[in-house]
Amino acid sequence: MNLFSKTRQQVMWNRLLAVVEEQGQALIRAAFSPIVRECGDISAGIFDVQGRMMAQAVTGTPGHINTMAEAVKSLRDLFPIQTMQPGDIYLTNDPWIASGHLNDFLLLMPVFHDARVVGFTSCTSHLVDLGGLGMGPEGTDIFDEGLLVPPCKLLDRGEINQLLLDIVKANSREPIANEGDIYALIACCETGGRRLVEMMQEFAIDDLGELSDYIIDTSRRGTIDAIAEIPNGCWTNTLLVDGYEKEAELVACLTVEDHKIILDFTGTSPCSQKGINVPLNYATAYSVFALRCIIGSDIPNNAGSLDPFIVRAPKGCILNAQPPSPVAMRHTLGQMTPDLVYGCLRQVLPELVPAEGASCMYDLPMRSAPEIAQIGGEAFALEPAHNGGTGARPTKDGLSATAFPSGVWGSQVEITEASVPVMIKSRQLRPDSGGAGRYRGGLGQRIELQSANNQPFLVFLSVERIKNPARGCKGGKAGAPGRIRLDDGPDLPGKGEVRIEPGQTLIFETPGGGGYGPAHQRCRQAVSADIKEQLVSSATAQSDYDWKPNEDG
Amino acid sequence: MTPIASPRVAVDIGGTFTDTVLVDENFNVCASAKTPTTPQNPTIGALEGVNRVLTDSGAQLSDIVGFVHGTTLATNALIERCGARTAVITTAGFRDILEIAYERRYSQYDINLSKPDLLVPRSRCFTIEERMLANGSVYSPLDLTALPHLIGQIDDCGANAIAICLLHAYANSSHEILLRQALLELRPDLTISISSEVSPEAREFERMCTTVANAYVQPMMAQYLNSLQDELRHQGLICPVLMMTSGGGMTTLETAAQHPIRLVESGPAGGALLAAQIASQLREDMVLSFDMGGTTAKLCLIDQFQPQTSRKFEISRAERFIKGSGMPVRIPVIEMIEIGAGGGSIASADRLGRINVGPESAGSEPGPAAFGKGGDHPTVTDADIALGYIEPGRFAEGRLSIDRNAAESALAVLGSKLDLSITQSAAGVSEIVDESMASAGRTHAVEGGKDLAERTMIAFGGNGPLHATRVARRSGIKRILVPLNPGVGSAVGFLFAPISFEIIQSRYSLLKALDVAELNSFFDTMIDEATNTVRQAAPTGDLLVKKSAFMRYHGQGHEIEIALPNKDLRDAHRDALTRAFEVEYSHQFSRSVPGMRIEILNWSVTVSTLARPIEKTASLSKSKSKSKSITGGERLPIVCDFSGEHVEAAVFMRNSLEPGDAINGPALIIEPQTTTLVSSDFHAKVLLDHTIQLQRHETGG
Repeated sequence: MNLFSKTRQQVMWNRLLAVVEEQGQALIRAAFSPIVRECGDISAGIFDVQGRMMAQAVTGTPGHINTMAEAVKSLRDLFPIQTMQPGDIYLTNDPWIASGHLNDFLLLMPVFHDARVVGFTSCTSHLVDLGGLGMGPEGTDIFDEGLLVPPCKLLDRGEINQLLLDIVKANSREPIANEGDIYALIACCETGGRRLVEMMQEFAIDDLGELSDYIIDTSRRGTIDAIAEIPNGCWTNTLLVDGYEKEAELVACLTVEDHKIILDFTGTSPCSQKGINVPLNYATAYSVFALRCIIGSDIPNNAGSLDPFIVRAPKGCILNAQPPSPVAMRHTLGQMTPDLVYGCLRQVLPELVPAEGASCMYDLPMRSAPEIAQIGGEAFALEPAHNGGTGARPTKDGLSATAFPSGVWGSQVEITEASVPVMIKSRQLRPDSGGAGRYRGGLGQRIELQSANNQPFLVFLSVERIKNPARGCKGGKAGAPGRIRLDDGPDLPGKGEVRIEPGQTLIFETPGGGGYGPAHQRCRQAVSADIKEQLVSSATAQSDYDWKPNEDG
Repeated sequence: MTPIASPRVAVDIGGTFTDTVLVDENFNVCASAKTPTTPQNPTIGALEGVNRVLTDSGAQLSDIVGFVHGTTLATNALIERCGARTAVITTAGFRDILEIAYERRYSQYDINLSKPDLLVPRSRCFTIEERMLANGSVYSPLDLTALPHLIGQIDDCGANAIAICLLHAYANSSHEILLRQALLELRPDLTISISSEVSPEAREFERMCTTVANAYVQPMMAQYLNSLQDELRHQGLICPVLMMTSGGGMTTLETAAQHPIRLVESGPAGGALLAAQIASQLREDMVLSFDMGGTTAKLCLIDQFQPQTSRKFEISRAERFIKGSGMPVRIPVIEMIEIGAGGGSIASADRLGRINVGPESAGSEPGPAAFGKGGDHPTVTDADIALGYIEPGRFAEGRLSIDRNAAESALAVLGSKLDLSITQSAAGVSEIVDESMASAGRTHAVEGGKDLAERTMIAFGGNGPLHATRVARRSGIKRILVPLNPGVGSAVGFLFAPISFEIIQSRYSLLKALDVAELNSFFDTMIDEATNTVRQAAPTGDLLVKKSAFMRYHGQGHEIEIALPNKDLRDAHRDALTRAFEVEYSHQFSRSVPGMRIEILNWSVTVSTLARPIEKTASLSKSKSKSKSITGGERLPIVCDFSGEHVEAAVFMRNSLEPGDAINGPALIIEPQTTTLVSSDFHAKVLLDHTIQLQRHETGG
């Protein structure tokens, strides 16, 4: 033992965290799928020989938190460790093992040091297209949604399974991009494995057991300490969501029990006929993410910090969809689960939990009308992403037009217009859309778009909060609901296909966040500033904030 | 005193100190000065430094043949929010480009974060009817009938600087130019920046931020630059004052006053230029420069003697050093990663019993605990003192008293929380901070498809030589160079900069569909503009033109820079470009993707004077100069950073070392501004130009 040994384990922990970030960034940069580069829809992690997660990259989307940890355990149990050879890599996109829909491919690679398996690296990335009906909620079962690859070997002692690769390509509208993404995933696993062995050599360790125990025990202890600050108890919340064919109820019961938190979705509505159903692994990812933003947010994700969170749901409810339910758009409702669990947590930690927000991202997948390509016109496809306002925080206003819980980047108008024949006529905040309160909800935005080449195009909607706006809390008011319509037509539902003819304008308004606390308690300078900045109209200030027209903040 | 031939002066105004150096025709430093920066009137501090080096070297201002100036004033104005009252004018329907930004939180788990302050509130964002399309065609004309209303809005809000950023102005600047003319006719005192001149790149949010930042500092910088020039002229300076830019080139005062945003980060750029110059002299083609000061460490990759450059920078990151928490600007910059790790970085224990170091810094006031100026938090410098690497009696030539007991008490408090002894705490702080610098460097290298391990590190800054071996070991680096005068590196580096100007402009095309003839005339326009700017400072002499394209596979979000031949392109070049892209792509991402369409978003042109010819000193490092092992007499007890054991280190004064001297670690080489730690797994050798070379050996004995 020398002077360094006490901090050496922490240094190695920091090193592992840096390695998974390296892997994650490399994967994002190489990816073809827009959702990967705009949302960071990937994951990369390092696991010990028992399959316990030691470190996971922090990326733009929380959809892989926990799912990867569970997926690796499943694969490790399927393939006996003594059969693994250096250069082997396993793969699956089974939504119930990997990450909730077919587009997410998960790879697992055993890492060898001194001729034995010392751990695993794993990574996940969203592939552009897996055939079927494509990304959208229109499938009625998983078979409509494309190709499912059960757990199998992608690389056998360094040799690629060419038949498997050919099958994946043959079943895709974007075979080249898929192949590129699969190779990027392989490179990501291999880089992580190499860095792991280098670290073991540098620090002269033969196995990861001791380091893994240290990381996991320390993180578990820290998480349990954070949970212990919450009194024991049980709190229930119901969130009404728009759903597809009809509205659905999401129900959660949150139990704090000494050293653990149990989240139970019993009472939640059954699955939809359409692809907005959520496998439990994905619902778990977003729910646990939301809880960890408030409970022990500074503790890195690993087996220890995730263990104390237990999520359950009856089979067949919309948050625990079973095969062969369609699940392609599982993120639409998955992103609503933070508001669901915050409704429980708020009852015990009212000073730490924000009001409801727009939550579900407002992406705008668009394609040229199907007949265009046949008549020799310019066929195109693009998926710009936009967002509404976040809920007001206990001590701050909500953020306007900002993604939460996802980490999506909003698309820039100039890039969208340069890429596809669509013209965006305006994109501005929606004044008065933030829920009134002591702290105001974030504002939504209003986007108007039309065809730029006198040809029709289609938009595929799968958004929430059209019928059910973000509710305020502790006396705060609700934010404005989302609203989507053609300039010459009625309001449209949040899910389904819209055809925009030349000359028509699609008006796409994203929801505002809910307010926090009674509006009359809002600081007068803040009301005055909102009026000056035209975030709140003078009429709304008078009705919601008791503002007197001659009042001067 | 013998007159100095062709004396040149460089002045680097930093946040706290102004560094000034005077060099002779061979770029040997004849005099240097460190004077306090005078923020109220920076000209005073600059002149004081200039007068000091003139006095010390016996030169006259009128003798000076080259005068280069770099300054953080623009950066500081942006950080301290003390620039002009600025208003924005954009296309009707798009008032909220700044408010909406990227629609993104920069920190995944922080639900209470605040977004960066982008200098112009919504109430000063105005719009006007007009519309360009992405291809540069006019969709609707500029509505000048709205001008009186617009003027009213500007008058009412009291703005004196205006940033005009109209949609797709990078593709057609005519509306921006027209609007500027119209406004200036009515309000000639306004300072107006237009996006098509400041940053003609697609992506409206970033272009607007860049234009706003430029407008925000322009009145102040123009006034300062003019006052400095007047004062220097008045005192006898004949040669022009050239300004150092963030991209590592020099430009005229007039251009700088037009594009003051390009002056941010010019100080650190100087450091990287110095490292690049050393790299070229010593023929080191793969280098990592490591500049560690009091509050931050900066790392830069230098390949083939060229510092890596980037087109994007973030001003005043609000939250620590988190990416995305600052104001993005699109300017040519020498790409450096900056880590909140310096001598003053504060160490603390988190609730998991882990040591965290930085980014909070004790700065120079109150400074590390050992400075005895009221700081009671343990810092990196305190740890280095406790480990024996900084010798209290000789720190900063003894001008600053060092209290080793205070350092140890502060570390004891940290240790008591973690069940560590004082020495263990100090060793822990060192391990954590060195690991974080090495990790940042590795990640940065990987992002560009590069590797750190095969590089030579060039270490400078007040704490660079002290931490070099520790960071190198963790990065797999085996060779380190410590140049002369490692403390004033930036100012010296300025003098090696070429006169240059870079323009990047967006023009989208699929590679297959590229109209080569149109592209050539597009390039000609850019080259003319850049050449005109460079010719103002360098009326004669050969110029170097570099062209490049920023390419990616269709559907990707990240572009790769590909150098283009410096001649008109022909249709046949498309295949060469495809190949060049595929080679670079495979290099960065392991393999290319055959069959995928390639597209090009941006094009860039850099026109510069030729770099100073590389001296015939290439033999310096390789030459078998007589190696003479020296052992020194003095010994100090230190904690070995390799073995963790208490050992004795030999102590040398740098100014007493001769070329050829060889020293085995553990040893300390002390000079006024810093100490070089020769760890026990390194040995040091003094090269012909007095650079210290540290070479790692595996045994660590």
